[in-house]
Amino acid sequence: MRLRLVPEETHIDFFKYRYLTFGISAVAMVASVILWLVVGLNFGIDFRGGTTLRTESTSSVDVGAYRDALDPLGLGDVVISEVFDPSFGEGKHVAMIRIQAQDEQEAVAAETVATVEAALQEVDPSIRFTSVESVGPKVSGELIQTAVLAVSAALAAILFYIWLRFEWQFSLGAVFALFHDVILTIGVFSLLQIRFDLATIAALLTIIGYSINDTVVIFDRLRENLRKFKQKPLIDVMNISVNETLSRTIMTSGTTLLALIALLVLGGDVIRSFVFAITWGVVIGTYSSVYVAKNVVLWLGVKRDWTKNSGGGAGTKFANIDA
Amino acid sequence: MLQIETWKRVLIWGLVALGLLLALPNAFYSRVETYNDEVAAQAGDDTGVGGWPSFLPSGLVNLGLDLRGGAHLLAEVRVEEVYQTRMEGLWPEVRNLLRDHRDEVGTIRLQPSDDGTLVVRIGDPAGLDRAVELVRGLSQPVASLTGAGASDIVVSGAGDTITVQLSEAERLATDDRTVRQSLEIIRRRIDEVGTREPTIQRQGSDRILIQVPGIGSAAELKEIIGTTAQLTFQPVVSSTTNGDTRPSAGQEVLPSLDDDGLFYVLETASVVSGEELVDAQPSFDQNGRPAVSFRFNPSGARKFGDYTAENIGNPFAIVLDNEVISAPVIQAHIAGGSGIITGNFSVEESTQLAVLLRAGALPAGLDFLEERTIGPELGADSIQAGKIACIVAGVAVLVFMFASYGLFGLFANIALILNVGLIFGLLSMIGATLTLPGIAGIVLTIGMAVDANVLVFERIREELKTAKGPARAIELGYDRALSAIIDANITTFIVAVILFVLGSGPVRGFSVTLGIGILTSVFTAIYITRLIVVMWFERARPKTLEI
Repeated sequence: MRLRLVPEETHIDFFKYRYLTFGISAVAMVASVILWLVVGLNFGIDFRGGTTLRTESTSSVDVGAYRDALDPLGLGDVVISEVFDPSFGEGKHVAMIRIQAQDEQEAVAAETVATVEAALQEVDPSIRFTSVESVGPKVSGELIQTAVLAVSAALAAILFYIWLRFEWQFSLGAVFALFHDVILTIGVFSLLQIRFDLATIAALLTIIGYSINDTVVIFDRLRENLRKFKQKPLIDVMNISVNETLSRTIMTSGTTLLALIALLVLGGDVIRSFVFAITWGVVIGTYSSVYVAKNVVLWLGVKRDWTKNSGGGAGTKFANIDA
Repeated sequence: MLQIETWKRVLIWGLVALGLLLALPNAFYSRVETYNDEVAAQAGDDTGVGGWPSFLPSGLVNLGLDLRGGAHLLAEVRVEEVYQTRMEGLWPEVRNLLRDHRDEVGTIRLQPSDDGTLVVRIGDPAGLDRAVELVRGLSQPVASLTGAGASDIVVSGAGDTITVQLSEAERLATDDRTVRQSLEIIRRRIDEVGTREPTIQRQGSDRILIQVPGIGSAAELKEIIGTTAQLTFQPVVSSTTNGDTRPSAGQEVLPSLDDDGLFYVLETASVVSGEELVDAQPSFDQNGRPAVSFRFNPSGARKFGDYTAENIGNPFAIVLDNEVISAPVIQAHIAGGSGIITGNFSVEESTQLAVLLRAGALPAGLDFLEERTIGPELGADSIQAGKIACIVAGVAVLVFMFASYGLFGLFANIALILNVGLIFGLLSMIGATLTLPGIAGIVLTIGMAVDANVLVFERIREELKTAKGPARAIELGYDRALSAIIDANITTFIVAVILFVLGSGPVRGFSVTLGIGILTSVFTAIYITRLIVVMWFERARPKTLEI
């Protein structure tokens, strides 16, 4: 007996509620942008500069005592948070301390780190510093630029590739869906105040990669079906395509999510925000492939007079000139 | 029909075997690591080293800092500092030249400046043009490809002052040289300490990335690199106990390393600098106290010889890091360019100093823009967590695939396991570094690698509905799913490439595993699974297909 997540034949009308789903997407995007602007992202030191220390101790973390020890040092904004993880054994207590970049210092101040370590050691002699990371403000500014550049470059490259292989309408639809995924991920990170750092950018790009993968598979089927059903309205051909690929969509998302959830639960706290971003992105990416990318293509319409064409994409245009 | 030529079969299985062979050392990580260290210790000669057969590949996936622990530094070289040094070095030449033409230009005087310029005031403003012309004669062509034809200094005159500075082309050439020199010196210093597989790379025009696994902290690493270990030999003007003494132009006041409260007034322009040092060894002076002996290169030896010949009876200072190590009086003309530095050293200090000198002085100071220290225990925890997550994720996916596709799921599972092996094989082959996000990349690949197989299997299911017989359905399934597989994976690969180009550190490690994962998963899906399916089909010859 086979496990079937999706019945052999489905005739779900995915576009029945297209105004509603697209409306929800639009509202979610606007809400994300508002959250981003009002609440803001919880930038890690990669993007805002400063120092983080990860402490490990056999005695429990007393955030108040840590704070009392650090306050007299006048370091400005200090964030202390205890870290919990099921993988920590008895007698392992971890905390993260983030210190803002000190004023008017281009480089990293090693003395600051040393005084902080000394002050904490006084509170808890058993404390150890398992990781200490400092990023100067000069680099953090550049890292933001690189990150924005990376995401834009990825979107541009995909826009171009899809346009090359399909039609420009597909290309716009795909990129709009990716844009949707990125914005919604930023929205969730703003809402939950999860640390947003370089690894998150890598996660964003992975989401783009996954989501485009999903979108392209459905587009590929749509391209094929457009040739097969020349007289059917676009919306029906789309529905057929999405239904035909539904089983694959669910299977692939399912296996990927299985793997990611294992990593989310068991992978340790160091990469949890990274894995969370990807997991969220897989869910959103699967949704956007059907409900965002297709909707955009539906609105833009696709040229259907494929009378003389021999293939997809660019070939069509030349065929039309002849005709 | 379903046919694959024999040579293709051999090639496919051959590639798989090769990949797995390359991945093999990683299964015996610590054993192979010890073996590699021993081979490296014998300068690449593997005779007599046990623990690992020498005919097997011994390449390993490097573990990134976040998995192994260690220190990461991003340093910016203060390239402008060299301009000033160059100008200071030019002053004696300018002085001697103009002094010879005193009747035309009058008295000459160095004006203080610290922005990479040399400002000279002359006594007779009428001789300005002549003086500028003379100084210009000192210029030399820029030694670089892009700056060919340009001269290295720009001389301008106004009123009674001449301003000399490096030309734009020379500055660019100098910057490049400075960074390359710094890189080399840092590399040599870290190699002296003998840590395993440090990464020392140039980044952009004036930055250096240093990653050393296994080191305790970034502070320790900085100590090894030595922020500004500049060695110079400078003429001594006088010594004083007043640290606030105001030096005149072209002079500076530096403290003594050993005697608190003792200061030396020195000429800023050095006689010889550490760059001209070719060797330094810990040794002992005639009284049996630890000392450091050193030797100059020919040009350094000549300058040092000339200076000592002219200045017998005068003291000169050995300056390291803006502190006077010692200021011996020149007893005799020192020809041959070798000498000895004595001071109140312990044996350890003299050894340390010799290492510092031998590794050369950094031409300019470093600013540290990024510092990261990761403790080895944290790395070990991450590896442990990553391993467990990988195993659980793998098993979950295998079970899921089998439950969904039965026998074909089993085929896909074999391909999936081979896929992970191939990823490790390729990572070892290119000597890539595995980081924590890289492990996440592998787990993600495990999830996504089945995608291509799923596409094919779903397609075969569909083709079966139009009933053309199992063989035809399998063939069509593969053919028709191909365009989706290729397009989908190329777009993801584009993303991996962009991550690689723009990312750094852990992000780059992630992009490498993601990219390799895409390559291997496409390969396993369209070649390996297909081959397995075909081989099964040839034996079983099923009339119907259940998938």
